[in-house]
This record gives sequence, structure tokens and C-alpha cells, in this order.
Amino acid sequence: MSDYVPSIGLEVHVQLKTRTKMFCACPAHEEGTPNVAVCPVCLGLPGALPTMNREAIRKTVKVGLMIGSEISLRSTFDRKNYFYPDMPKNFQISQQAAPLCIGGSVEIEVGGQKKTIRVNHIHQEEDAAKITHLENSSEIDYNRASTPLMELVTEPDMSSPDEAIAFLTALKEMLVYAGISDCNLELGHVRCDVNSSVRPAGTDKLGVKCEIKNMNTFKGIHRALEYELERQMETLRAGGKLTQETRRWDDVAGVTLPMRSKEYAHDYRYFPEPDLPPVTLDAATVEAWRAELPELPAAKRARFIRDYGLPEYDAGVLTADPAIAGYFEATAQKSQNFKAVSNWVMGELLRALGEKGETIADAKIAPEALAALIALVDAKTINMPAAKEVFQILFDRGGEPAAIVKEKGLAQVSDTGAIDGFAEQAIAANEKVAAEFRGGKEAALMFLVGQVMKLSRGKANPQLAADALRRKLQG
Amino acid sequence: MSAPLHELGFLEAADALAQKTVSSAELTAALLDRSEKLEPALNSLTWFDREAALAQARAADAARAAGDARPFLGVPIAIKDLLNVKGQPCTAGSNILKGYVAPYDATVIARLRAAGCVFVSRTNTDEFAMGGSTETSAYGPTRNPWDVARVPGGSSGGSAAAVAARLAPAALASDTGGSIRQPAAFCGVTGFKPTYGRVPRYGCTAFASSLDQVGPISRSVEDAAAVYQLIAGLDPRDSTTSPRPVEDVLPAVRAARDLKGLKLGLPKEYFVEGLDPEIEQLTRAAVDQCRALGAEIVDVELPHSRYGIACYYILAPAEASANLARYDGVRYGFRAEAGDLQEMYEQTRARGFGAEVKRRVILGTYVLSSGFHDAYYLRAQKVRTLIRGDFERAFARCDAILGPVTPTPAFRVGEKTSDPVQMYLGDVFTVNVNLAGICGLSVPCGFTAAGLPAGLHVVGPAFREDLALKIGAAYQHATEWHRKRPVDPQGGRP
Ligand SMILES: [Zn+2]
Repeated sequence: MSDYVPSIGLEVHVQLKTRTKMFCACPAHEEGTPNVAVCPVCLGLPGALPTMNREAIRKTVKVGLMIGSEISLRSTFDRKNYFYPDMPKNFQISQQAAPLCIGGSVEIEVGGQKKTIRVNHIHQEEDAAKITHLENSSEIDYNRASTPLMELVTEPDMSSPDEAIAFLTALKEMLVYAGISDCNLELGHVRCDVNSSVRPAGTDKLGVKCEIKNMNTFKGIHRALEYELERQMETLRAGGKLTQETRRWDDVAGVTLPMRSKEYAHDYRYFPEPDLPPVTLDAATVEAWRAELPELPAAKRARFIRDYGLPEYDAGVLTADPAIAGYFEATAQKSQNFKAVSNWVMGELLRALGEKGETIADAKIAPEALAALIALVDAKTINMPAAKEVFQILFDRGGEPAAIVKEKGLAQVSDTGAIDGFAEQAIAANEKVAAEFRGGKEAALMFLVGQVMKLSRGKANPQLAADALRRKLQG
Repeated sequence: MSAPLHELGFLEAADALAQKTVSSAELTAALLDRSEKLEPALNSLTWFDREAALAQARAADAARAAGDARPFLGVPIAIKDLLNVKGQPCTAGSNILKGYVAPYDATVIARLRAAGCVFVSRTNTDEFAMGGSTETSAYGPTRNPWDVARVPGGSSGGSAAAVAARLAPAALASDTGGSIRQPAAFCGVTGFKPTYGRVPRYGCTAFASSLDQVGPISRSVEDAAAVYQLIAGLDPRDSTTSPRPVEDVLPAVRAARDLKGLKLGLPKEYFVEGLDPEIEQLTRAAVDQCRALGAEIVDVELPHSRYGIACYYILAPAEASANLARYDGVRYGFRAEAGDLQEMYEQTRARGFGAEVKRRVILGTYVLSSGFHDAYYLRAQKVRTLIRGDFERAFARCDAILGPVTPTPAFRVGEKTSDPVQMYLGDVFTVNVNLAGICGLSVPCGFTAAGLPAGLHVVGPAFREDLALKIGAAYQHATEWHRKRPVDPQGGRP
């Protein structure tokens, strides 16, 4: 039992997957040549004015709907003032007084324990440009300037680094699922400010808060929190005092360091953005957006277990990617053998996709074809090795399994006469192994079955081969 | 003998071009010749490029010869140095934008370009439109054509002086707290500030976004109506523009002869101590004229108007402090060489901005700062709501409001530069119109004994530009004040 209890809150910034930027028509997510996706608006040229990207609003509202927020039917934008070269206007258009989504919560599970993490609000804002600091200069890429961002602010409800990561994982899964964001961490789609404090066990009042700014990997967040919580507890145990401050994570040294107050101490001087009228939504629009929401991963997992009788593990793997889940369901609709469908999708299909570096959208094997292949196996028309061969052909160029089986002559040999012949040949060629079996070494039979398969060029029904061998060896 | 070409007004020039009695190239050249001659005394222009303007004019002439019959094809117009014209410098009268060339057209410019207008010159302005005398410009003060020892008003003093001195048939200007109407009154020309949201602000270098509005300065209400119609209307690039269609007001404006059936309000708050006796007498005479034209004059109250100046000088600087933050030396305009980023910011802004701009940026930063925000900014927003309410109540009793535009005639250059509050008080009759977001027209209504012009203020309800313009046109039909012109100033700067 620890003497201190941590409280962790997150401010999660997520780039929304929209075609254009937040306040202009420039393409968003331009990752190539710097400073090509720019215009007077996102460069902050004299006289340029912002206009609202309704698609960004729709995506943020959908996040609110997914986590049960109250959606503001009238929300307003504010200017957040600070000087930095990544902000072309030297103010960021954000929301302070009336954000789009109020409240809400996300369920997490750590070590079999379920927990609800409350969300304070989600607001809409614009991203800053990307700055690369070189030895004697800095380079600014305004392609990223004004990319739509949502910022989700949680309550300090998490009490361990694992819970923080579980929250981020659950959120990320949800956002990817609903097509809100690609959540590509390498590309900086998700960035976090991490607030933490510790208080003596058995007390209620939150301790002194420290904020770690601008974290962009889950692993980094976990390590930073482990370090930071320990630092705070050690300080208090040693009789020291903590001051509210903003810190930075040094990933190489593995420590958090205080930032100079100049780097973060801002009076942002928020005031209403006069160039943008309030965003108004009607209840019907919000309901229409709600109807567009996909089934969320947790609900889908539960349904896969219930409706398809799958183990929890299978349901988890299949629902991790909405496209894979969709493929599974399309296949399952044509098949009676749900577990076999799950095995094929989790096994051969994911392996083959991984090898080729493809996504399910590229796959040439139609769900109907996979279902038909499973039916052929179940009917013992082909054996498993043959089925895998057919699968590879279907995966590489598509087609119809029965036709491929016929074309390749892969149908199982279930003719006992032919199998008996192969069995005799196998015993004759492996007298020593046959003797071992007769001497009671049951495993030796498997070797002989393998020989029969080889002689039949993989087409013998393995069960019939085993039967024939047993008969001949024991008879 | 016909009048010299520079005497043509905006509609007259359009007619002359349509009748092919003059070419755009001839007209443009005449205006440029005159600009070269008078500018040493006036300093009303920040920039003109003879070859570029003539090329545009010749292109218009060629189009007309080829059958292009756009009504304003080839008509020259001067543009306030706040509005972005692609390929022309746009410096907002500031050193911080010295050398900046606009890479795009403001929406109003794109509309005038589509109409075929020729951008003949750029007019001087108080730096970032902050001022009431055009003395804060980095290009030096503009002089009033009626008396070059006096200011032309501001911030659109360059546009007003250029139109008064016949350097252009009309000019585009902008009005945040009176910046079109006050210089129009000081220079004896017509100035019109449309309703907030009527004319797109996209491409108009921002001073105070919730107050700025682009409008014309011209020699007559008819001309103002013509320019207004060319530039007004919804702009997808400016979310604050209204979707209301812009009706064709020109026929009614041209036909306006009387004010029968109209109730015109006279706010008692506008005739108080501090109002110059000659201005009061000229305004009252203009009101009598309106009565003689058939208007019923009624008393109205605008009880919160006395808080307008205080309210304006909190809200406008607050917005300006953010709008001007982008001038930091990083991307464009002037950059001071310095050791590090912070020093570069500080030096660039310290050397790039003039004193009045700095004063307002500091003021705006202060009123938004934590601890002061509620006492100043929030309170001023509430006062603004009350001022708007004043006008709504007044317009329930009358169709439009009459009054003086300025408390005094044009003052001497340098007279108020050391006393900003005195300068700010000059906006007392105009700022409330911006705070309420309604429309206001300034029409010449006579001269003081010293020969300085005065302006009659016609204030209309939101989106009743038609009404304000018709009243002004009827008044001008009955009077000759707007036809008076100053004697050409001689020589260089006094
Ligand atoms: Zn852009």
C-alpha cells in the first residue's frame, strides 16, 4: 500500500482528418514539400479572414457524441494571444468561453478493473506551424499551420501511468474507428499535455499540480509519468514542497525538467474572435451526425462474443481494426463456421497482409471466396495444406476456390484403395519406423501419415491415411 | 469649352467613357498629371505607378473598343493604403509594412476589378487607420486642400483630400470610428460608411474587426451609391457579411427630390457643450433644409452616446492589439536584425510601429489582461449593447437620424498631436454608429467663416443604406455645397 495517491489528467490534442484546413481552403495534412499548402489566411497576411470548416465541427461533435458529451448548440470562438513564430497571427483561434462539447466520459480497463474517466470538455482549435530548430537557425513549415485540432481535457481521474495509457488507447481506438483522425503518432496527430499530482493516501484534496508539455508518444508519456510521480512522492517524503510548474520530458536522460517561466508563463488575454460568428447547430443536425457514428470497439467486441460465439481474444483481435471487423462479418454471413472464419482472418489473412504491407482494402480475396474455402475444408473436399495453398492463390489474384481446387487438382484423395496403396508404400519404405509403432511408439504413426501425404502429393485425407496405416500395421 | 477631365465625378466619368467622349487612358493620365502637380502640397497619396495605371486604362479602352459595355469600365478610382491590391504595395501607412507588396486582391478590389475600374493611386492613411488627422502616417501628414495648414481628418484623410482636390473621381476608404465620415466632412466631400456586414472586409488590413467597414468617398451621394453598389454584398471569405441581397438603389437615389413622409430624428445629446458654434449653426441650417424638403423633424434620445468614446477606445484597441500581433518581422514586412527571437520581436515592433499604434496596442493589451479584462473589456461590451439599444429605440420613432459629423471644423496640423484624448474626442458623433453597426453618411453642408467645410451626418438603421443615401441625395439636389471645390494649393509643403 503506497503512502501517496497520484491524480493524472490529460489535455489531448488530436489533428482531425479533414480535407482542408480549419479556416481556409488549403489542403490539410500536406506532409511533402514545406510551405506549399499555404494561403493568405493560414499565413496570417494583412487583411485575410478565417472561415469555418464545418467538417471539422462535425468530427469534433461526433467525438462528443461518442463519449456522451453535451453538445453546445451555440458555441463561440476566442483568440488566444501569444507570440511564437509557429503561430502566423500570433494568436490562436480556439474556444474558451463556449466549447463545442461539455462533459462526457471514457471507460477504461486496467488489470481487469473497469474505470470511468470523466472528460471536462472538448474544444475546437487550429494547429500551429511546425518548427525545426537547427544549430544557428530555425525552419518553419506553415503547411501544418491551421490544421483542424480538437483538444479534449479530462478530469484528473487517472491514478497510474497504466490508466493514462489505457485512456489514450481507448480514445485513439475510438477516433480511428469513427474516422475522426488517423491518430498517427509519428506524424504528430496526437499530442498531450500531462497533468499530475500526488496526495497522501486517505486524503481528498488534490496535491500541487505539475504539467508536462507536448508529449507525443504513449511510451514517453508512461515513462514521464512514472518518473514524475516518483519525483513528486520522493520530494514530499523528504519533507520538501512542490510548486505548481510546467515541466518538459527529456527522453534521452529519462527525466522531467522545469521549463523556464518565460517559455510558458502566458496571460493569453482571451477575447471573442470578432471575425467568426458563433457556430450554431440544430438538434436535428446533431442527431443526423449521431446516426453516422459507427459501432464502437467495446460494443463490437461484446457483440462478436455474443453473436458469433468467439473467444474474447478473437473478438479483440478482429475488432481492433474496423475494416478487419467488417471483413470478418461479411465472411461470417456466408459461412456457418464462425470460429473457422475467425481463425482464417486472424491467421492467414493478417499474416498475408502483413507480409505484403497491404490493408484489407487491397485484398483480392472476397469474403464469399474465403467462406467457400472454409466450406470445402469442412466438407473434407480439401485438406488444410491444400486449403492454405488455395488461400494464397485467392489472396494473390482472387478467384473462386472450387475452380482453383479443380484446376490445381488439389481435391483430397478419399478413395481407400489409393490410400491403402500409399500406406503400404510408406510402411515398406520405413520399416524401422513401422517397427517402432508396433513396439508401442504412437508418435511414429504421424511420421508415416506424413509419408502418405507426401506420396499423395498432399491430397490424401489425413484421417483416412491414419486409419489405413493403423489397419495395416496392427492387422 | 468643356470642363477639365479631372472635374468628372465617378458617374460622370462612366458616362463620358460610355459615350466615348474621353478614353480611360486620357482620363487616367490627366489625374496622374494633376497628382504629380498637387502632391507636393497635399501628400494625399502613398503610391502611384503611371505605367501600371495607364496599362490598366488602355486595356479598358481596348475592351470597350471590342464591344465591352460594362458601365464602369475604365473609371479611375483611388484606394486607401489599407486595402490589398494584388501587385501593389499595401503598407497601412506604416513602416512595419514598408516594401510589402500585396499578393492578393481584397474582395472589394476584386469586385471593382471585375467592373473594369482603374486603380489610379493609393491614398494616405493614419498608421493602421489609427487616428483622426492622417498625421500618424509613416508617409507624413496629408494636408487639407481647403487650407493646407490644416489636417484633412482621418484616418481616410488621403482619400478625402484626393477626392476634394480632384486627383480621383472617387476613392475607397474604411471607417472604424468615423474614418470615412470625419475626413469627408473636413474636406467638403461625401463619405459613406455602410452597415457592418454589408461590405466584405476580406483584404482590408484589419484595425478593429468588429467595427471596420469599407466604403466610398466621392463628390456626391449618387457617386457614393454607385461605388457602394459595386462593392457591397455577401462574401464567402468574410463570415461577417450579410446574405441579404444588395438592392439597386441608384435609380431611387438619382430620383430623390424631397423628404416627404420621412421622420428624421434629432438627438439632443448631439447639440451640447463642446460643439463648435459655427458647426452647430451649419448643422441646424441643414436640418431646416431637410424640414423644408418635407421631412418631419422629431426629437430622439441617445442617452448612452456619451459613453461611446470610452467604450470605443477600449474595444477597438483590444481587437487591434491582436490584429497587429502578426507584424513581428518573421514572415513579411520590416524586420530588425537582432541577436535572438525576443529581441527581434521587440526591435521590429519598436522601430516599425509609430507612437499612436504603440499607444493603442499597449492600451488594448492592458484592457484584455487578466485582472483588468472584466473591468474594461467586458464592461465596454455591455455598454456597446446599450448603445445599440439606444439606436433601436430611436429608430422606432424616426426613419433616420441627423446631426453634425464632427464637433469642430478641420484643425491645424500638429494642433492635437500632443493630446491624444483631444484627438479621440473628435470621434464623438461618429463612433456610436460603428459601435451600433449601423450606416452613416456625411454630406457637405456649408462652410465656416474661415472657409472650412462642415458635414451633415445622416445615420440610418442597419441595412437601410437606401434610406440614408436617398436622404443625402435629396439634400444634395436642393443644395450646392457638394459642388464647391477648393482652389488648387500652390507649391510644395507649407
Ligand atoms: Zn490556407
